[in-house]
Amino acid sequence: MTEFTPWMSLVGGMFIGLSAVTLMALHGRIAGLSHILAGAVLPSQSLRGWRIAFLVGAVAAPLALSSVPGVTIPFSSATPLPWLIFGGVLVGIGVQLGSGCTSGHGVCGLARFSTRSVVATLCFMATTAATVFVVRHVFGGF
Amino acid sequence: MPALAFALLAGLLFGTGIALSGMINPAKVLNFFDVAGTWDPSLAVVMGGALVVTAVGYRLVMRRPAPVFDVRFHLPTRRQIDVPLVAGASILGIGWGIAGFCPGGSVPAVGLLEPDAFVFVASMVAGIAFSRFALQPGAQTLEPRKTTS
Repeated sequence: MTEFTPWMSLVGGMFIGLSAVTLMALHGRIAGLSHILAGAVLPSQSLRGWRIAFLVGAVAAPLALSSVPGVTIPFSSATPLPWLIFGGVLVGIGVQLGSGCTSGHGVCGLARFSTRSVVATLCFMATTAATVFVVRHVFGGF
Repeated sequence: MPALAFALLAGLLFGTGIALSGMINPAKVLNFFDVAGTWDPSLAVVMGGALVVTAVGYRLVMRRPAPVFDVRFHLPTRRQIDVPLVAGASILGIGWGIAGFCPGGSVPAVGLLEPDAFVFVASMVAGIAFSRFALQPGAQTLEPRKTTS
């Protein structure tokens, strides 16, 4: 059970948007996490520096926030280890085949009114909902 | 190195947004999709806020001839709806539904020092590497593929 947090989620979403706009304005790049990560850690001919800097920031912010006294960032993961690994591998294969993830297609792509991103977002939203339904209501959850 | 400093800033904004919005929490993300159970609509508000800011911001930014630290905007040019796009996005959703992590949520979760986030990110990188080098051996670089994300 998690509570609906309209205001924090709205502010958080706007920060995500600011990040995407900043990266486009300064580096001319789409803020898609899967490809920033892949470009930073896997062999490729493209530039690494800005990707590594972005990832350091993305990891450092929650680390800093959660170390402020009195601040707790809710986190709860119930997926058993083998399923977590399986899910991670599927997400990796999916973002590579589908050229993007929730941030690349679901935020940056939709904001550019890209038809490919609209189709991708509808596909992954539908299969995620179906998967959650099967896991929780057919198999009774993890 | 102002270029790197601003990339770091963009990353800090992203990580802050994911943390504040609750999208760093797999349980909260999964609850968005559980309309038949413990539904939490927060993810829709996150996407709405992010989309409005990004759509307006992109429009303003694209009026300039080029970004500050590069000679051009690197935008995807492919237009066709093809099988890899639909299949890939659908596979992504199955993984997201199982694990509760997507790429954008899992990377900041590493900053919470949660073991599950490390496991997920490592598995995801393995999946990307497998897909890139085994399934699509011709597609070893990012730029020539003109990806969205």
